[in-house]
Amino acid sequence: MSADTPASSAADLDSEAVADLQARIEELETEVSDLRSEVDDDGPQKMVIIATKGTLDMAYPPLILASTAAAFGYDVTVFHTFWGLEILHEENSKDLQLSSVGNPNMPVPNLVGALPGMDRMTTRMMQNKIADNNVASVEELIETSIASGVDLQACQMTIDLLGYDEADFYDGVTTGVGAASAFQDMVEADIQLLV
Amino acid sequence: MSTETAAETLDVKGQNCPMPVIKTKGAFDDLAPGEVLEVVATDSGSVSDIAGWAESTDAAELVDQTEATEGGEDVYKHYLRKTE
Repeated sequence: MSADTPASSAADLDSEAVADLQARIEELETEVSDLRSEVDDDGPQKMVIIATKGTLDMAYPPLILASTAAAFGYDVTVFHTFWGLEILHEENSKDLQLSSVGNPNMPVPNLVGALPGMDRMTTRMMQNKIADNNVASVEELIETSIASGVDLQACQMTIDLLGYDEADFYDGVTTGVGAASAFQDMVEADIQLLV
Repeated sequence: MSTETAAETLDVKGQNCPMPVIKTKGAFDDLAPGEVLEVVATDSGSVSDIAGWAESTDAAELVDQTEATEGGEDVYKHYLRKTE
């Protein structure tokens, strides 16, 4: 530094340095105000759920959380892929099954659970419990979610894979969406869940 | 807090989680500022659920929550005022 800046030009250098600093300060002020407006962007908070399971027990958590978050003012998207599509399938959603095999919480040993007709039996037991305890049906939760503004999305790739048609799904379900749009929603979301 | 000041009453007796909160939100949206909504529920979980909802909702103030036995069942009443 001292080699390039003889003492005689110290005053010039100072004013140059001051100008540089001023420019830098202006630059930083712009940056801070940009960041501040980004942070202060008080639009609604967002939640994204990826629903991948289609059994009776696993249909409930995404729908209950989605409709509840909507009541809290959140923008909610539930992206249904693979067996999660069954939840949005108008006909199949009314007959979601519960498997006792591989489920240690069921009061039936695996060997017995594997017998023909056992899934139907355990499913009926669960359906009765749901009704006895005044828990909403899957259909009711879907309708409530849609009415609350939840965006229920059906993954287009899985629709094609499973041979479904757009008309098979509940009215109000979004089709024609893929992993990229789900990912983009997740990037912008405050809460992301995989169910 | 008496019921006479409630502008609207929402009956969610017999309904379970998450319905009391979701229906409360729907009925609350229809209130005018200053009005109070009475929510009548039998779900014991509604006590913490509705309190939590009110805490997270800017325009909602939880005025009171009561618990009583009516006709052999526990009934929970919630009073929410719309502040803005």
